[in-house]
Amino acid sequence: MITAERKPISEIKEMVAPYRKILVVGCGSCVAECAAGGEKEVGLLSSAVRMDAQAAGKEIEIREMTLDRQCVYEFIDQLTDVVGQYDVVLSLACGAGVQAVAEVFPEVHIVPALNTTFLGETKEAGLWVENCRGCGDCKLGFFAAVCPVTRCAKGLFNGPCGGSKTECCEVDPEVPCAWQLIVSRLEAMGRLDLLRKVHPPADWSKQQGKGPRKIYREDQRA
Amino acid sequence: MTTESRLKQVLHKGIFAVTAECGPPKGADPEVIRSKGKVLKGYVDSVNVTDNQTGVVRMCSLAACALLKAEGHDPVLQMVTRDRNRIALQSDILGASSLGIRNILCLSGDHQSFGNQPQAKGVFDIDSVQLIQTVRRMRDAGEIIGGEKLTSAPQLFIGAVANPFADPFKYRAARLATKVDAGAEFIQTQCIFNINRFKEWMGIVRDYGMTDKVYILGGITPIKSVRMAEYMAKQVAGMDLPEDIINRIRSVPAKEQRREGIKIAVETILALKEIEGVHGVHIMAIEWEEAVQNIVEDAKLFPRPKA
Repeated sequence: MITAERKPISEIKEMVAPYRKILVVGCGSCVAECAAGGEKEVGLLSSAVRMDAQAAGKEIEIREMTLDRQCVYEFIDQLTDVVGQYDVVLSLACGAGVQAVAEVFPEVHIVPALNTTFLGETKEAGLWVENCRGCGDCKLGFFAAVCPVTRCAKGLFNGPCGGSKTECCEVDPEVPCAWQLIVSRLEAMGRLDLLRKVHPPADWSKQQGKGPRKIYREDQRA
Repeated sequence: MTTESRLKQVLHKGIFAVTAECGPPKGADPEVIRSKGKVLKGYVDSVNVTDNQTGVVRMCSLAACALLKAEGHDPVLQMVTRDRNRIALQSDILGASSLGIRNILCLSGDHQSFGNQPQAKGVFDIDSVQLIQTVRRMRDAGEIIGGEKLTSAPQLFIGAVANPFADPFKYRAARLATKVDAGAEFIQTQCIFNINRFKEWMGIVRDYGMTDKVYILGGITPIKSVRMAEYMAKQVAGMDLPEDIINRIRSVPAKEQRREGIKIAVETILALKEIEGVHGVHIMAIEWEEAVQNIVEDAKLFPRPKA
């Protein structure tokens, strides 16, 4: 899932300050799962903005909406007859959602309420961790399903750096050393032989070689 | 300029080698490097120049190596993969060789979050093992990553680092083997204070058959004070500084702690000379290059052989 965190309220207030009619739009997918941009968070943020305006003696009008997904046109279309009635859209989607909505309504000012952070996993209640960088060339099969690109602070493909101590990363002692995990998992699987392979330099062109990436599938376009 | 690596010559002759580290200044004055070079002259076979160590911006290793080369030293260019992508790294490798630099030490580098530019983007386009492989291929096959031919190959004696004290311990010797497979010809280790653990590691290295394939130089750092010892033990990642060493430093008056630090360094060198498969020492006297003279003399490693 794509994780996100709500921006500081002061930053959000500054962005919507010039406007009176505000459409607050949540997204029911990833950012709802990580409790940043779902229906509940739309309600909370709208209340905060309302109270703030009230305290400042400013008259505003807010409408709350939450789409199943802000990154797919079929769902964005639900805003078609609504956006025109508002001065600004405050989007609680990830960066992809904010841009998808803006693509459909280029004349409307759309501002983000969230900071999009990473591709991650819900580790436990209230804890999300990053474990994929979307590099476009997955090699998890060699690394006991621990991504060295994401989970090693130096992105090392050929073994741990010299800073791993007591099984933790030197950069953040609360984060397990990815290579410690890789080595111990491969050992448990009896596949330490995989570590004798020297991995050649990665092909980063699959991640950022020619600017933004796209996937084009002829078979899906009928 | 067709000189040979002095370090390579010394090691090939089977002489116990001595290298020392020289940290470039946080400034542009070449005299700082020249005077550090003077202090080391005649006491070491080669001088390593660190590459923005601990992620702190300093004079670049390549320029400092060239300055030392001009002073008659045999510099070891330390090159980290933290700051430059494969285009820049390969370009600097060619440039280094063109300046007569004949040794390179390939590292990933201390993470940028530890330094004075913590908001920098860590590049890590390739890792240290891939850098070793790249230099080796440039030198031996005359080609860069991707296979394109060079008009002339760089001449470099290729080194790597090993930390016998980091986790996972059992895997550390295998990691050395990976670096040797990739093309490393000499190894400089993390500073050794826990000699027993180092001996244990060397045993595994010998079991891997690595001591016939690569020259191993044990890392030595003289301790200046009990404060430095405590700092290194607690703050420096991957450092194994046993309590008894710290207590030994603490047990002498502050004025004599430097002397004690040198004594420990010399004792460690004498112990290393007895270990099968150790081919030399690498002295990292951090901002204390003067200590190298005492250590080398006291360890009976002076004078150095003429190359």
